Amino acid sequence: MAIRRGRGVAAINYPTGMNLGGDPTQALVHSTPTGNFMVTLSSVDLGQGMKQIMAQICAETIGVPTDRVVIDTADTDTGPHCMGTFASRGTHRAGNAVIQAAKEARQVMLEVAAEELEVNASDLETDGEGNIQVKGAPQKSISIFDVALSAHFKRGRSISGRGMFLIPRSYPEKETGAMKPSTCYAHACTVAEVEVDDETGEVTVLTVKNVFEIGRALNPKMVEQQLVGGSWMGISHALYETTEPYYPSRDHGGTDFNQYLMPGPGDLAETEIIVLERPSADGPFGAKGPGEMCANPQIPAVANAVFDAVGVRIDTLPITPERILRALKAQAAG
Amino acid sequence: MAKVPVQFTLNGSEKAEFVESSTTLLHALRDKIGDTSPKGGCHQGTCGACSVIIDGELRLSCLTLAETCGGADIRTTAGLAESGVLHPLQRAFLDAFATQCGFCTPGMIMAAKVLLDRTPNPSREDVVEALSGNICRCTGYEPIIQAVLAAARANSQNAA
Ligand code: FES
Ligand code: FES
Repeated sequence: MAIRRGRGVAAINYPTGMNLGGDPTQALVHSTPTGNFMVTLSSVDLGQGMKQIMAQICAETIGVPTDRVVIDTADTDTGPHCMGTFASRGTHRAGNAVIQAAKEARQVMLEVAAEELEVNASDLETDGEGNIQVKGAPQKSISIFDVALSAHFKRGRSISGRGMFLIPRSYPEKETGAMKPSTCYAHACTVAEVEVDDETGEVTVLTVKNVFEIGRALNPKMVEQQLVGGSWMGISHALYETTEPYYPSRDHGGTDFNQYLMPGPGDLAETEIIVLERPSADGPFGAKGPGEMCANPQIPAVANAVFDAVGVRIDTLPITPERILRALKAQAAG
Repeated sequence: MAKVPVQFTLNGSEKAEFVESSTTLLHALRDKIGDTSPKGGCHQGTCGACSVIIDGELRLSCLTLAETCGGADIRTTAGLAESGVLHPLQRAFLDAFATQCGFCTPGMIMAAKVLLDRTPNPSREDVVEALSGNICRCTGYEPIIQAVLAAARANSQNAA
């Protein structure tokens, strides 16, 4: 009877979004009379930072500071249609829709500025700080605040834009079954080191080292926070969490946090995160969906590490002491 | 059911309410007084999201009957900022990106505040111990632990 060490590796591809009957998201952008920009979406921010990322994307496209953009995700009944924030699709689908809407709004904004400055709209550029100027002659400029006032009160123009991003439905080819179920893929690889007590079946995760390839990290700090949380969640799914410990039977399923095993701050493995950026061809500024995939590779990595440590393959989750002991018993019985 | 009057101080201001004897402090704070900073995660004492400070002690407001709080000094996360300036713990949570959905955050901050009030220079183990009654779905805890340690460092620098 001993504590045995093992190391496991796993790598994954993870799709961004899904493809059932087509996968659309719509966005609307309009300026307020004082030159702030409203983005109206039905895509919900559930803590992953959707609002911040959409504000950055809109601001970058229109050419204004991020704090000039307000994101309104108030109401899925009345807002422009979105399939939802799931399948790691939020940044990719909604981001592309916001870019299209913001481009249209920017065009109107430049047209109004051109009338005010008595130049051609195609000769204008934004300075990123709230002004529009003539290319090569920045002393000839107008603030976006004044452009918006002019559009609203003088010229009767709506500085606004419509965006729709659709991944059309993909049908399987009759002969081969091949289809395109999603768009770009994020990738990840995890190495996990564990200790397994072969008397109690208990697993301790010592270290988790992750590399994530996520396209362009539009907000590196928020990407990091998502990956750190996700890596921990992957470990938690590998070892602890389930609503159906004897699936498909519902018996002994946890109904509250007394019975549902949810690790606290005392159960953390030493965690390392490395981000690789390989911009996607079809994502907003090269982004992919890092959300869900970051909690996946730890699970097979831990299963492989347990195999490396004690020589049993556990192929049902979570990898509980009970499952390990049963497998060790079966192995000993030959 | 007969209602009983209860009076206490919430973040320094007097509050008076009529509550039923089964009303929890969590319900009284959120639905009667309108301080929604304590969150109801489990309503049975297992998640820590509803944590508040009562007379200097960390308490679960979902397991505290409002009528037992007569005369108490109750503190919640909503009362931490002073004239618009965030409390060092709030600042540290922001800087460390220690919040995602934010549901656990007020409870975490209350637990951390009681720790720092008693132990201004805590070890990592002290922080883990102090937060062990609070669960978080999103962050993986490490950023929260780092935020509490950073707030402690900021406090001791200000004091020095
Ligand atoms: S709501 Fe009070 S501990 Fe969960
Ligand atoms: S930030 Fe979401 S539960 Fe902690």
